[in-house]
Amino acid sequence: MKAFTVHSGIVLPIDRSHVDTDQIIPKQFLKSIKRSGFQDNLFDSWRYLEEGHPEQNANERRINPDFVLNKPRFAGASILLSRENFGCGSSREHAVWALSEYGICCLLAPSFADIFFSNCVKNGLLPITLDASLIDRLFELVHHQEGFSLTVNLPDQCILLPENEGSIAFEVDPFHKDCLIKGLNEIELTLTYADAIRAYETRQKQLTPWLFADLDPKS
Amino acid sequence: MPKTLYDKLWESHLVAHREDGAALIYIDRHLLHEVTSPQAFSGLKEAGLQPWRVSPNIATPDHNVPTVKRELGIQGIEDEISRIQVKTLDDNCRKFAIPEFTLEDIRQGIVHIVGPEQGATLPGMTVVCGDSHTSTHGAFAALAQGIGTSEVEHVLATQCLLQKKAKNMAVQVDGSLNTGVFSKDLILAIIRQIGTDGGTGHVIEYRGEAIRNLSMEARMTVCNMAIESGARAGMMAFDQTTFDYLQGRPYAPKKEEWESALDVWQDLASDDGSVFDAQCSIDAGDIRPQISWGTSPEMVVDVEERIPDPKQSGSSADLHTRALDYMGLEPGQPITSVYLDRVFIGSCTNARIEDLRIAAKVVKGRKKAKNIRQAMVVPGSGLVKQQAEEEGLHSIFLDAGFEWRAPGCSMCLAMNADKLGNRERCASTSNRNFEGRQGYGGRTHLVSPAMAAMAAVVGHFADVRELLQ
Repeated sequence: MKAFTVHSGIVLPIDRSHVDTDQIIPKQFLKSIKRSGFQDNLFDSWRYLEEGHPEQNANERRINPDFVLNKPRFAGASILLSRENFGCGSSREHAVWALSEYGICCLLAPSFADIFFSNCVKNGLLPITLDASLIDRLFELVHHQEGFSLTVNLPDQCILLPENEGSIAFEVDPFHKDCLIKGLNEIELTLTYADAIRAYETRQKQLTPWLFADLDPKS
Repeated sequence: MPKTLYDKLWESHLVAHREDGAALIYIDRHLLHEVTSPQAFSGLKEAGLQPWRVSPNIATPDHNVPTVKRELGIQGIEDEISRIQVKTLDDNCRKFAIPEFTLEDIRQGIVHIVGPEQGATLPGMTVVCGDSHTSTHGAFAALAQGIGTSEVEHVLATQCLLQKKAKNMAVQVDGSLNTGVFSKDLILAIIRQIGTDGGTGHVIEYRGEAIRNLSMEARMTVCNMAIESGARAGMMAFDQTTFDYLQGRPYAPKKEEWESALDVWQDLASDDGSVFDAQCSIDAGDIRPQISWGTSPEMVVDVEERIPDPKQSGSSADLHTRALDYMGLEPGQPITSVYLDRVFIGSCTNARIEDLRIAAKVVKGRKKAKNIRQAMVVPGSGLVKQQAEEEGLHSIFLDAGFEWRAPGCSMCLAMNADKLGNRERCASTSNRNFEGRQGYGGRTHLVSPAMAAMAAVVGHFADVRELLQ
């Protein structure tokens, strides 16, 4: 997994609450068996003026000029700002892959849906939960300043605002922080507990043997 | 100290506790389908890893499968990309010796219907699947949660999940549901009350008299939509109803093991005096048939109500205006004045035998209304389909002009050929009314199977209680 320490970038404002993962990446793109190739379809039905299909050439599609992603001032944005309950709905990790491939490294919102939050961390993206009043202020700043950028410092747990406008402290789970800063591979980490897993299994096999039965697919 | 059901399930699966607060939780059952597993299997292969254990895994294709021409098997999937995805699941299951109910198998179906039906979901288990509606299995007093693909790979490789314990939330449902009001109405009413993020960070336990009186099928409908209120898992205590449902299921324990399992399962309820971090209560007797009007599962009205006016929606005004615009509805319009183009009875929420019986009861002796272009019934599994056919339910639907399809997720998420056209309006027994969920530009109204059936024969929304009382 890629590591996250300090990141500076342009802020992309998605000023809607309850953005669901069906909007982040619509279902027709979930037919892929790969982990990549989703960036052109991020927010597909908001970003283009007609329905999208897999294996289309994005350059030949009619874009929606009103959608923020298509506005030149937000080109190259890497920090996504949104409203409460971002990422609700389907567990599809394709939503995070699409954001990541597009270049989003960090997300700011008053709240995130649980599965989406966990999917972000497992892909090296940092979701930060901030008070709704701070999110309001950031939307104001983005609105008024072309090229509004932030610097997110994970080790120090602070977001630096431009032009001496101060900084915002944020909370992060210590385990997530460690994983992100080191870019840890969770499977390798868990396998260091292999003995504890085997000991658990030995114990449980005595208590609840039916949970260790082989499933005969012919039965 | 008294423990909640979630506390008990968490503690009995705790493998290791880290100082930073994260824990390693053992996973007893892992359900797989074609959409969220291929990248996990690729990751496993790239890392040169084998599954930690094979037997906790069961797979079946469901999201992407056609609901017609099933006699052709995988060759009947016309869309090449979909066909490759289903074939990839078959190949991966064969390579890693994971039991799979393939397209040709009568046990194939929607993964959350197949697991319980086979007795592969048992009380006291931890259950995961790369699908947010895994919360369904919590109806069996199990800790069941949806996971992302990285976690699918993690569970395959280690049989564990790395996570922090969530908070406890109690949803108390007293009283009893009136005739013509079903568990789908109950869960929609709950979501309407607590909101789509009311359960975020929590595991919800549904409890109270009304929950105890629900069948297993109805309980699964409630837990299925826990995620629609933000809770990764929903659950209910073990009782006689759970016992009766499971006895004799193919993968349920047998003989002496069944007896010892019962001893363990009896304790699967929250202790008296358990403390919950959050609570809410609702009286089942107050609930009327529910209909969603907007683009979020919390945007719901009673059948007698009108579409709300965004001017009275406070801070949600923008959201509501946008939803009305997408749905093509006017504020103040009675919900019963809304005419439909299509009706979909199916999905992991409402495609069990009981759902089909209820819908058939409404449809019997009636005809699909002329303005309804299509009314489709998609059973949740091959076995549900078989059972319904033995009971003659399919004839009732066919005689009324409905279509009787083969099992799969179908128009719940419209990954296969079953989808709404732009601006088409659908009464649907599924779980999400998000923009485009059932097809680009499609307009979804979430309802119970009875209300969907009623809409199909009347052509617009109508109160099914008038017919059932």
